[in-house]
Amino acid sequence: MITPVLQIENLTVAYRRGGEWLEAVREVSFHVHAGETFGLVGESGSGKTTLVLAVMRYLGENGVVKAGGITLAGRDLLALNPVEMEKIWGKQIALVPQNPGSSLNPSMRIGEQLAEVLRHHFAMDAAEANQHALDWCERVHLPDPDRVANSYPHQVSAGMQQRVLIATALCTEPGLLILDEPTSSLDVTTQAVILDLVRELIRGRQTAVLYVTHNLGVVAQVCDRVGVLYAGEFVEQASARELFSQPLHPYTQGMLASVPLLGKTKERVHLRAIPGQIPPLGELPGGCVFRPRCQLAVQICETRPPLYVSSPDRIVRCHRWAEIQKGQVGDWQLPAVSKMSEPAEDEHRRLVLNLDALQVHYPRHRSLQEALLRQPARKVSAVRGVSLAIPQGRTVGLVGESGSGKTSLARAIMGLTVRSSGSIALLEMPLPISLSQRDLATLRRLQMVFQNPEEALNPYLTVGETLRRPLITLLGRSRAEADREVADLLHAVRLPVSCAARLPGQLSGGELQRIAIARAFASNPVLLVCDEPVSALDVSVQAAILDLLLELQVESGSSLLLISHDLAVVGYLADKIAVIYLGHLMEVAQATDLFRPPYHPYTEALLSAIPLIDPTAGQRPIRLAGDIPSPTEMPSGCPFHTRCPRFLGEICEKETPPWREVATTGKRYYCHIPEDDLRAAQERPPVFGRSLTR
Amino acid sequence: MSRYLLRRFGFLLLTLLLTSLVVFTITQWLPGDVCRVILGREVGENALDACRQELGLDRPLPFQYFTWLGRLLSGDWGVSFSTRSLIFPLVMDRLRNSLMLALVTLVISVPLAVSLGVIAGLNENKPVDGTISVFSLAVVGLPEFVTGIVLIQIFSFGLRQRGLPALPASSALPPDASFLEALPMLILPALTGMLVLLAYVARMTRAGVIEELKRPYVRTAVLKGLPRGTVIFKHVLRNALLPTITVIAISFGWLISGLVVIENVFNYPGLGRLLVFAIDRRDLPLIQAVTMLTVLGFALANLAADLLYALLNPQIRFG
Repeated sequence: MITPVLQIENLTVAYRRGGEWLEAVREVSFHVHAGETFGLVGESGSGKTTLVLAVMRYLGENGVVKAGGITLAGRDLLALNPVEMEKIWGKQIALVPQNPGSSLNPSMRIGEQLAEVLRHHFAMDAAEANQHALDWCERVHLPDPDRVANSYPHQVSAGMQQRVLIATALCTEPGLLILDEPTSSLDVTTQAVILDLVRELIRGRQTAVLYVTHNLGVVAQVCDRVGVLYAGEFVEQASARELFSQPLHPYTQGMLASVPLLGKTKERVHLRAIPGQIPPLGELPGGCVFRPRCQLAVQICETRPPLYVSSPDRIVRCHRWAEIQKGQVGDWQLPAVSKMSEPAEDEHRRLVLNLDALQVHYPRHRSLQEALLRQPARKVSAVRGVSLAIPQGRTVGLVGESGSGKTSLARAIMGLTVRSSGSIALLEMPLPISLSQRDLATLRRLQMVFQNPEEALNPYLTVGETLRRPLITLLGRSRAEADREVADLLHAVRLPVSCAARLPGQLSGGELQRIAIARAFASNPVLLVCDEPVSALDVSVQAAILDLLLELQVESGSSLLLISHDLAVVGYLADKIAVIYLGHLMEVAQATDLFRPPYHPYTEALLSAIPLIDPTAGQRPIRLAGDIPSPTEMPSGCPFHTRCPRFLGEICEKETPPWREVATTGKRYYCHIPEDDLRAAQERPPVFGRSLTR
Repeated sequence: MSRYLLRRFGFLLLTLLLTSLVVFTITQWLPGDVCRVILGREVGENALDACRQELGLDRPLPFQYFTWLGRLLSGDWGVSFSTRSLIFPLVMDRLRNSLMLALVTLVISVPLAVSLGVIAGLNENKPVDGTISVFSLAVVGLPEFVTGIVLIQIFSFGLRQRGLPALPASSALPPDASFLEALPMLILPALTGMLVLLAYVARMTRAGVIEELKRPYVRTAVLKGLPRGTVIFKHVLRNALLPTITVIAISFGWLISGLVVIENVFNYPGLGRLLVFAIDRRDLPLIQAVTMLTVLGFALANLAADLLYALLNPQIRFG
């Protein structure tokens, strides 16, 4: 039998916290062979980072391997001291970290950060190492390698920084490559090219890859075998194909049922959230760790399940796996039927919000040279002429990558940022430009939910005080009335009334976002703007928040502007979707139509970039060249022409495209390519396989 | 970058202009009549009027201010009331002495303080760190006149009693002493100054090192397999010492004019002692001159700190 590159056996890792040892990882075993990619999936608090650090022998002073073994190519890593590890690090095990920006030394040129590895491990001289560093810059497809090698990290984009780190990790041809959430902080189109790059570079090399992520789609697309971590334990281990076609553990099933999938709208399916949250380390339940959240839990689950071997190379830690396999319990594959009624025609609905040619510019300081040459100050155009209407009781989704201007748009609507031109009408009444000019009634009608609830809620106010405030200031309630309504609000967001006395620091991210939503709904707004409401939350919590938004909206009849970078999230909740790129709308369509051709070439690229949670699904790779242009240097003509895969020629560079409307569906897109041509070119959809139909 | 420099320089000019205004206004508000101070109590109104006319005190205030500012800029700093000598050469001579002392103090203290800070930072919360912190804080808690006298006792009297070559107890420089001649007299005051700076710079360095060690790029460097020494000297210190360098540059301003106590203990003819002397004698022109010079020193030190920071930090240099 071939020795695996990495063999982990019964590994238990503990941290010392306040005098006691907490076991963050318990009895984990797995192996990775040469040329194989093993995926480690888990939410925050699952112990995946601890596991990676333990494998690298980089736990820090308060962490210790309590039991088990780590073997690298037959060598016992736990027996090595730190000086011996220096020969392993970078040479035999290399790491590509999560945040490329902070993982590079800010005051050292990029080329040197690459070259020093080569000099150290291969004893190259400076000239040779620099030449190799340049070669590697080319190999990871960095544009203009000479310039990049001479730059400092802050001078290049996040995608390019991650390419540099990949080059740094791979330039020594290590036997084991660990990728720790390498694309989590990147945009989806950038993620797609980085994943392509990783696949390209490890193909043909006998590298063993350990891929750590929370993203099920990435795992499905990249990994051969997968281990699912929950609260420090492996609950299931299987080949990617088996895991996604027939998950055997209720947690895996729950995660798969709670993730919004491309093209699944609220009319067709209902997301099923896993109740509760991952238990904190000190409060692990006895028996099966997943029992408190498991809908299949029975008496026997109070004893700890052993690792059952369901088939060769497949392990599951659940007492009821056999029943699940036979389909006797667990119905994750049956889509829950949505409670939503069939949508009525939009024409009869009153417009709650109407944006007309909205523009937001930020002034930018001139450089000294520009000032001396008396050049006019350039401006940063964040939003460039956006017109969009939101009918009453409807959800409009706004999708865009970072730098697309979606947050500026939300802030301009709220009055937090002053718009430069264009008009905003709320209930057909023009809305004053800034917050200070708006009256109480307007503030009451317009509310917002922010991305990060931990930062959006005042840490020194109890939940009760936070919720009381809009009731008293916006609705003029008395204190006693407000206190009663606080209880109702907490009930509406499925939190116990006892929460009112707690401070935000005592609650989890999901609970805090519920409170932020309750606060926003407190004044009964006609429009709620949600800016990335679930992107700071764990996968299993996201679904609960999306469902809560959906329910509250149906009950209250409010309209929703849902802003997200995640097309699947927007696609699930929205009735109408607008795609924004560089401050310009590219396409506006009904949610169900967005996923059917013809699409705007940018939408097509977005759809093609999303990693599908289905290893068997095919995806036509459409990749965008380069980075999103700087908003100070707007491309002429069509804003997308510099990266467009369907670039026509001069017309795209010189002339602004027309808005075209697809007669049958009412989809509108901003492109020079006529509907029929686009439809013919896109006959093969960018996404096929069962994901769209299942 | 050039824009940044220009802005900093603009701030410097603005600071100086504002202080000049403040210094001028305060001297206007001070009770008493300048001419009476100069001529004494027994003089008649006619002589006072003549004096006021001569000094321009009968002209409107803005006019007086701009005349004063003009003279200040052209190096005509007037005559001291108390010594009846020209102020400019007097102040420049003292400035030279102060600069010498400041320089020697920095040369002695910076390498020591930075090394201690780095050692403490790398061994956070270990016994070494604790020892360094307690020692440097204990020393900074003692007033300079105590540490100065103790140093004199040990290195001057103590050594001499044992018949060993000793350092001079008094640092009263002869006028026009060269740097080499002055050096033995500078060591004890500089050591005293070092004890004040030590804790400050060492703690700043320690905090910088601890903060940088937590950054992800340090983990990247370690996991590249680089030896610990390379990680610390090449990666960590380059970033960790940035705030320390700023602190050192700023403390240069304090060393030039703030060493009043040390200069008194050692009888050292620096700017600080000159200011005390001028205040003692109510010598207005001298007070104005020394104050303006002090402010200039501080402002230049700040500018130097900003420039150094920008120069060493590529995120500003190529912003």
